[in-house]
Amino acid sequence: MATLAIPRLSLRAFAVWRRNFLVWKKLAIPSMLGNLADPMIYLFGLGYGLGGMLPQVGGVPYIAFLAAGTVCASTMNAASFEALYSAFSRMHVQRTWEAIMNAPVTLEDVLAGELLWAAAKATLSGAAILVVIWALGFIASPLALWALPVIFLTGLAFAALGLIVTALAPSYDFFMYYFTLFITPMVLVCGVFFPADQLPGVVQAVAAWLPLTHAVALVRPLLFGEIPAGIALHVGALVIIAAAAFWLASVLIRRRLLK
Amino acid sequence: MTPLAVSALRKSYDNREVVAGLSFELRRGECYGLLGPNGAGKTTTLRCCLGLTAPDSGEITLAGEPVPARAREARARIGVVPQFDNLDPDFTAAENLIVYGRYFGMSDSAIRPLIPGLLEFAGLSGKEKANIRSLSGGMKRRLTLARALVNDPELLLLDEPTTGLDPQARHLIWERLKQLLAQGKTILLTTHFMDEAERLCQRLAIIDGGRMVGEGPPRELIRQHIEPQVVEVYGEDAPGWAQREAGNFSRRVETSGETAFCYVEDASPLLAHLAELPGLRTLHRPANLEDVFLKLTGRELRD
Repeated sequence: MATLAIPRLSLRAFAVWRRNFLVWKKLAIPSMLGNLADPMIYLFGLGYGLGGMLPQVGGVPYIAFLAAGTVCASTMNAASFEALYSAFSRMHVQRTWEAIMNAPVTLEDVLAGELLWAAAKATLSGAAILVVIWALGFIASPLALWALPVIFLTGLAFAALGLIVTALAPSYDFFMYYFTLFITPMVLVCGVFFPADQLPGVVQAVAAWLPLTHAVALVRPLLFGEIPAGIALHVGALVIIAAAAFWLASVLIRRRLLK
Repeated sequence: MTPLAVSALRKSYDNREVVAGLSFELRRGECYGLLGPNGAGKTTTLRCCLGLTAPDSGEITLAGEPVPARAREARARIGVVPQFDNLDPDFTAAENLIVYGRYFGMSDSAIRPLIPGLLEFAGLSGKEKANIRSLSGGMKRRLTLARALVNDPELLLLDEPTTGLDPQARHLIWERLKQLLAQGKTILLTTHFMDEAERLCQRLAIIDGGRMVGEGPPRELIRQHIEPQVVEVYGEDAPGWAQREAGNFSRRVETSGETAFCYVEDASPLLAHLAELPGLRTLHRPANLEDVFLKLTGRELRD
């Protein structure tokens, strides 16, 4: 069997997506509140607390600057949690994937369903924060609606990256490394809390390759009512990361489950 | 069309051959058993049949489709009861059936009318809304069986369907499987329970080390492979006695702990001899499948 093959997908992936949606629906309200609480604490705490001591950042009040970063970071977190902890539970602990694969659904369908689900859930997280900051008056124009597809794409990229980690994880503990070594540093170097050009050149050069940088570069101008510079580059980077990571994740998970 | 044909199947992990040239073919409407100790290659064989593991060599035709090439199409027409319960713990009994039906491309409106019948078959009438966590082991197993029937399959693959169940629960599962056979379904069953195999299977294959060491109807296997009578001799002296004297009465004697198993054509001379040895207790019985199994696969422990 060609283990490096491109995933063969079918519409059955949607049945997997619906399975996860049905579980989520049962706990939708607490789940959404949980997803909102953490970013809101940062947004208001830092935005008003730290922002009060700062002059404008990037030409806007600090809290407005931070809001755009928070949308992206929150999308990243939601997609990562779903693709790591939740997907791992279904793959390893509950053996849900095993049950699904006894039906006419391939492993690739399962992974595609998980990917799309994690991205959808992340979109919901990002969108909820968009709504809050719109209500606070930090959104300048309807151009901000274009942030939604960017959020979805960001969700896809981080869900796919997360599935790679899930493919390699022996247990839940393993995910701590991913968060402390990859996700948390990314929040600090990709322009979420402060403009990335504050950082040493080397760090900026590394950050340019990270997915969160591209998400922030698109979302922030959109929320300020501007058309982002270098759209093709940033969208292209997110698409390539999502596609390549999904391919790698499917190769690794095939190796793990279809021995 | 044969429901499942496996020919010269081989599969190795890390240079250890788990399935070593296995061939068998199911007939429509029969229950066929794969009987073997732990690690005999039963589950690997099933995984290969489902297209979840690529064999190193050999051919598999499942429901008329070549596997693994068209495993998805083949799986659309069969039902699977896995060894470990993997019902969805987040759902009720009815939701488990609906969600599983969707994996077969069935619409909710096609699945819903089936649910009462499936739950009744599982002995779970009125439990539509029951949480999976509140069900007993036997109930979960039966619901898993009902789940495997959601697409009305021609063939069912059952991997150790009664392992871990109490006797009442096992009998209920057996009774349900017999009902399915009466409806004309074909069943492939793996087990290491002799009574299960003897009760349910028209034919069975005994496998060990990934090879078939015997195949046929249970009665036939007993007749072919083993003497018709067994005298079990218990007691502290049994192993010593077996070594000294059993050979005079029985061509084949096996000892395990403080028990000697004497396989004989005619038990009367041996029983007369044992009647004079009050230190030894005896049990005289006809040979059964377990005797065949132990003869063909040996008595040493499989861990």
